[in-house]
Amino acid sequence: MPLLSVVDLHTHFRTPEGELRAVDGVSLTVDKGESVGLVGESGCGKSTLGKAVLRLVQPTSGSVGFDGEEVSRLPADALGPFRRRAQMIFQDPFSSLNPRHTIERILTAPLYVHGIGDRAERKRRVPRMIEQGGLPLSSLSRYPHEFSGGQRQRIGIARALILGPELVVCDEPVSALDLSIQAQILNLLVEMKREYGLSYLFISHDLSVIRYFANRVLVMYLGRIVESAAGADLWARPLHPYTRALIQAIPDPARRRQAAPIGGDIASPLDIPKGCRFHPRCPIATSICTKVDPALVRHGDGHEAACHHAGQLTRPPEA
Amino acid sequence: MSKAPLLDVSGLTIAFPGGTPVADFGFRVAAGETVAVVGESGSGKSLTALAIMRLLPRTARIATGTVRFQGRDLFALPEPEMRKVRGREIAMIFQEPMTSLNPVLTVGKQIAEVLRLHEGLSAESARKRAIELLDLVRVADPHRRVDDFPHRLSGGMRQRVMIAMAVACTPKLLIADEPTTALDVTIQAQVLDLLESLRRDLGMALMLITHDLGIVGQWADRVVVMYAGRGAEEAEAAALLGDPLHPYTRGLLAASPRLDASLHYTAGTLREIPGSISSAIGEPGCPFVPRCPLAQPSCRTAPPPLMPVRPGRLLACPPVAATLEPIDAAAVGR
Repeated sequence: MPLLSVVDLHTHFRTPEGELRAVDGVSLTVDKGESVGLVGESGCGKSTLGKAVLRLVQPTSGSVGFDGEEVSRLPADALGPFRRRAQMIFQDPFSSLNPRHTIERILTAPLYVHGIGDRAERKRRVPRMIEQGGLPLSSLSRYPHEFSGGQRQRIGIARALILGPELVVCDEPVSALDLSIQAQILNLLVEMKREYGLSYLFISHDLSVIRYFANRVLVMYLGRIVESAAGADLWARPLHPYTRALIQAIPDPARRRQAAPIGGDIASPLDIPKGCRFHPRCPIATSICTKVDPALVRHGDGHEAACHHAGQLTRPPEA
Repeated sequence: MSKAPLLDVSGLTIAFPGGTPVADFGFRVAAGETVAVVGESGSGKSLTALAIMRLLPRTARIATGTVRFQGRDLFALPEPEMRKVRGREIAMIFQEPMTSLNPVLTVGKQIAEVLRLHEGLSAESARKRAIELLDLVRVADPHRRVDDFPHRLSGGMRQRVMIAMAVACTPKLLIADEPTTALDVTIQAQVLDLLESLRRDLGMALMLITHDLGIVGQWADRVVVMYAGRGAEEAEAAALLGDPLHPYTRGLLAASPRLDASLHYTAGTLREIPGSISSAIGEPGCPFVPRCPLAQPSCRTAPPPLMPVRPGRLLACPPVAATLEPIDAAAVGR
């Protein structure tokens, strides 16, 4: 049984301009000890999905099963045990730490909120965690502004892990960091995974980071998963034209001065195109793509794609 | 050197009260060339660009150095003369297209303003030209878009509008400061593709400021690596990526997941550069010493200058330079 099992999840928002379908029918699983990468561009709904899984936003419909228990409709006062086992690491290490609290207070808060340990036990756990995060003990009496971006992200990680969670949703954990710091944080996340047997849902817009970090990759476009495969399989054999475009858009010395793989902008989630939601930007779209919304179907072992022309590199002739 | 370079920055030191974020930095850009300036936040790459444009904040002071553009010393120009250079001969685009556009003016008006100021066009012909420029930067439906306000446009569109303003007077040099960092990868590819074709068609040189080595490899002719305000290494893009010499450049390439598709966490950890760039503050020697695996006592005495080590290659690392074949300095030139 997977640790996390999401079925047909929808998260819609009411806005003055109409209904915004941020997450529009997503199913996924994360097995115990697995690291699942979720990749997509801004506006595709990946952050909302991460938050909906953790009940930081309320899903509109669908189910979220965690270790066999349905959590999407638990009343707020019954969420405690779930929250202890499922935590989040945020993108921005500047705005996600309270500037007026010391690091000790920031790390003690989750223990306090969840009523874990007595004062003495908390005093033992906090220093151990900060050292595992790779920061000196003297950090505890300091404030967030005294740390660099990379160090703050270490604090964010320590705060998420101090409760001993099983699932951690990482929302763009290295996007705000310089390249020389990204590797430090990715290595720390891998080390923590080994140490605690964590499962990750790892959200990023950066395919190369996902490529390093994930066992399985989900590609999201306008509120839907459009392709899902084991990492190696996805790079070797991308079936969806959007996945192919994402891979080809990574700047690469081997593609010296090559033209951009696709044109156009991602459509608005307020006005999702009819048929396949990718068809206005798709280089191989045909008339069926403007009419019929393709379902995610299997194309071999553990590889799924939602495309009428999956795996084809050029536009097929119209019937 | 056969020809005077288009842009020649030399010995540039920018001082603020409490620090010198750029110190003794220099590089050249030839006409029509794409030169990438690479570095992480705090390396001084954006300040260098602002110094070239003479747009540094008031608290900053040019302590030493010159910027020559087509042989003219820009720091010696009176401000009214400099205003004619800015926008007409050297233009600049920034990372954040959301904040660099005026939210209360239509994009057409903002492009037209440049043309009316520098080229003295009438309102009517400036508008016509603005539509042509929107078309040039591949904005779909330019006749309609010209009357849109910036908030109606996506991030990628806004950056296209910024580019349209920048190339309105066909400048000889376009400085692009992290032009795609705020954009999604598929949009980033479109914008870089656009910059490249404009460079070619308009005969511009491009100074591309970036932190992304993949972008350098795909789009730049030459690259200058900056670390904590100083030049670390300079080379042709392919040579730098294929055979990095400076320990910082080597570290960056090794730490980068994107350039090695075979790397996976199950197969091994990423190589790290320990510490952070802030350790360079107050370092009397090479700024990279606190993070450098090759540091020697001699590295701590004075910051090493960029020295020619191979044809077309400069390096500011005496320990690495000592391991390379000696070269005939006269044959290298600069």
